[in-house]
Amino acid sequence: MSTLVIEGLRASVAGREILTGVDLEVAAGEVHAVMGPNGSGKSTLAHVIAGRSGYDVLDGSVRLDGTELLGMPAWRRAEAGLFLAMQYPTEVPGVSLLNMLTESVCTPEGAAVAEQMRSEAGRIGLDEQFLQRPVNVDLSGGERKRNEALQLGVLKPAFAVIDELDSGLDVDALRLVAGRIEEATEHDGLGVLAITHYSRVFAHLRPDSVHVFAGGRIQESGGSELADELEAEGYERWTGAVPQPDSDAGATPFTDPFGDPFADLLT
Amino acid sequence: MHSFTTDAARSLPGPGWLAERRAAAAERFAAADPPTAAAEEWRYSAIADFDLAAYQLAGTDASLLPDGTWAGVDSAANGAVAAVLDVADGRIVASTGLEELSKQGVQVGPLADAADGAELLGSVADGAADYFTLLNDAFVGCPIVVDVPAGVAVDGVIAVRHYAGADRAATFPRLVVRVGPNGSAKVLDMQRSAGPALVVPVVELDVGQAARLGYVNLQQHDHRTTQIAAHTARVERDAALVAASVVLGGGYARTRTDTRLVGRGASGDLLSAYFGSGDQILDFRTYQDHAAPDTTSNLLYKGAVGDSARSVYTGLIRVRPNARGTNAFQTNRNLKLSEDAWAESVPNLEIENNDVRCSHASAVGPVDPDQVFYLESRGVPTPVAERLIVAGFFDEVIDGLPVRAVEDAAREALALKLNQMLKAAA
Repeated sequence: MSTLVIEGLRASVAGREILTGVDLEVAAGEVHAVMGPNGSGKSTLAHVIAGRSGYDVLDGSVRLDGTELLGMPAWRRAEAGLFLAMQYPTEVPGVSLLNMLTESVCTPEGAAVAEQMRSEAGRIGLDEQFLQRPVNVDLSGGERKRNEALQLGVLKPAFAVIDELDSGLDVDALRLVAGRIEEATEHDGLGVLAITHYSRVFAHLRPDSVHVFAGGRIQESGGSELADELEAEGYERWTGAVPQPDSDAGATPFTDPFGDPFADLLT
Repeated sequence: MHSFTTDAARSLPGPGWLAERRAAAAERFAAADPPTAAAEEWRYSAIADFDLAAYQLAGTDASLLPDGTWAGVDSAANGAVAAVLDVADGRIVASTGLEELSKQGVQVGPLADAADGAELLGSVADGAADYFTLLNDAFVGCPIVVDVPAGVAVDGVIAVRHYAGADRAATFPRLVVRVGPNGSAKVLDMQRSAGPALVVPVVELDVGQAARLGYVNLQQHDHRTTQIAAHTARVERDAALVAASVVLGGGYARTRTDTRLVGRGASGDLLSAYFGSGDQILDFRTYQDHAAPDTTSNLLYKGAVGDSARSVYTGLIRVRPNARGTNAFQTNRNLKLSEDAWAESVPNLEIENNDVRCSHASAVGPVDPDQVFYLESRGVPTPVAERLIVAGFFDEVIDGLPVRAVEDAAREALALKLNQMLKAAA
C-alpha cells in the first residue's frame, strides 16, 4: 500500500520562505484536503512535491512508499507513482494527448492507450474530439480539468496531488470528475492530496482528513467538520494567530509564479 | 585565384544561345565585387569565410548515386509521384514518368531542349540577379525545366532531386518552373550532397494567371557543404503560390527567397522549417514584394538551433505605391535549444500605400519550461519531452506543406536530426 509522508518540508522562492515546515502523512485510498487562504503557500506545496523548477527546497523530505522524491526530476517522481492534476493545465502545441501518454514511463509497453483514453473520456464526459487535439490547446478551463482526470485514469498513479479541482468546472462536470477520482481511491487505492480553497468539492470527493494550511504549514488537522467550520467562519482564526509570509513589513505580498492570476478576485 | 573564368564557362556543353548566355554572365561575374558582411543583405552571414577558390567546377562524369540517397522519399511519396528527375553533379542521370506527363503537354527535362528555352531561362530570376545568381548563370550545367501548359492540372508530384557527390566540386543547379494560366502543379525540389562541396542553386517559379503552384524544397546537404541559394517567384493575377522549405543540411546554408506578387489578387504562402545543429549556420533572407492591388502574402518561418548552431532570418515586406488592399504577414519563431546556439531574427516593413494590412512578429527563445514540466509531470522523461515539444513546434509548418506526400519524410528527417543531437548532448 502507498503512503506519502511529508516531513519538515521547507521551501523558498527567490529567497523568500514559503513553506515553513510541512508535516503530513496520507495513506493509500485516503483523501486529505489541504485548505487555506490565498497566498498561504498551498500551490507551492503542490509544485514542490511534483518537482517543478523555480523552488528551493531548504529542508525536509517527501517520501512515497519510502522513496525520497525530493531531488528527483519530475518525471522520475511520476514514475514512482505521483501525479499532479494542475490548477491551470499548460497548453502544449503540436503534441497530442495520445503521443504524450504513450511516451510516459507510467504507461506499460504496448498498452492500448488510445482505447483507455476513449473509455476514460466517456466516464468523465469529455467529448472524444478533444482526444485528437494537441494537449490542452483551445480547451476551456473545464475541459482541461476533465482532461487532467482522464490522464489520471489512464496513467493510474498511486498518489495524486490535485490542485483546485473545482476551478473552471460546473456542478455537473465537478460531480463526474470528482466521482472518477473518488472511485480510483476506492478501487485502485489511490491516495489523494486535494488542495482547495472551497469545500464544494467535498460533496463528491469526501475527505478523510482536513488540514488547515496557513503561514506555509499545517496549523490544524481534523475531520470534515473542520471544512464546515472554515466555510462558516473563514480562515481568520489561523491567519490572525500566525505570521503570514506576506505580512512582513514593507514586503510585497507573495505571489506564486505559477499560481492563480485571478486569486485576488476570488476572495 | 579561383577557376570560374569565362573560358571555363565556355567549355560547358549546350546549345549556342546557352553558351553565349553563360559567357556573358561570366564576364559580368568577373567584373562583380564579391559581397561582404558590411552589406545589409549579408549582415550576420558567413560570407567572410567563403572562399570560391576552394572549389572547382564539377567534372564531366556525374557521381554515382550511393544506394539509398533518396530512400524515404520514394516510399513516403508512394503513388503520389507523377515524375522523378535525378540530377547528379549537374547532369541528368535518371528519370521516370516523363513520357506520361508529356502526353498532357507537360515538359520535365533539360531546359535547353525547350522551344522557348532561351526566353524562359532567367525570365523570373534576372530581376534579382546578384553575385551568386550570376555565378549560376555562368556555370549552370544542365538547367531543368518543369513546364505546365495553360489549363493543365498535374495530379501527382513532380520531383527533381539534385545530388552533389564530387569532392570539393561546385555545382549550379537551375530549376525553372512555369505553370501556365489556370494550370496547377506540385513540385518537390530535393537537395543532397556527400561532403565538402559548393552548391549554388537558382530556382525560378513562374505562376501564370489564376494558376496554382505548390513548391517544396527539402534540403539535406552534408554538413561540410556550403549552399547559397536564390529562389525567385513571380505570381500573376489571381494566381496562388505555396512555397515551402525544410532546411536541415549544409555547413553554411543560405536561401534567399524573393516572392513578387505582380498581378491583382495574387497570393503567396511562404513556409519554412529549419533546424541547425553542430556548428551549422542557416541563413534566410525573404522578400515579399507586393506590386499589384489586393495581393496577399503570408510568411511563417520556424526554426530551431542547438549545439553551437546559428540561424539568421531577415525579412522584408515591401508594398509598392499601387498595391492598395495588400494583406501581408510575416512571422518568424525560433527555438534556442542550447546555451551556445544563436538565432537572429530581423523583420522589416517598407510600405508605400496606406490601404494595407501588414504585420510582422518574431521571437527567439528556449523551449517553454512550463510545457516541459507539464509533460514531465505525466511521466515523460525530460529529453523525450523536449523532443516532442520541438517536433510539435514544427507541426504548424509541416501541416501546411503543399506536397502532402513529403510530410512524413519531413517529420522523420526532423525527428532523426533532433534525436541525433539530443543523443550526442546526453
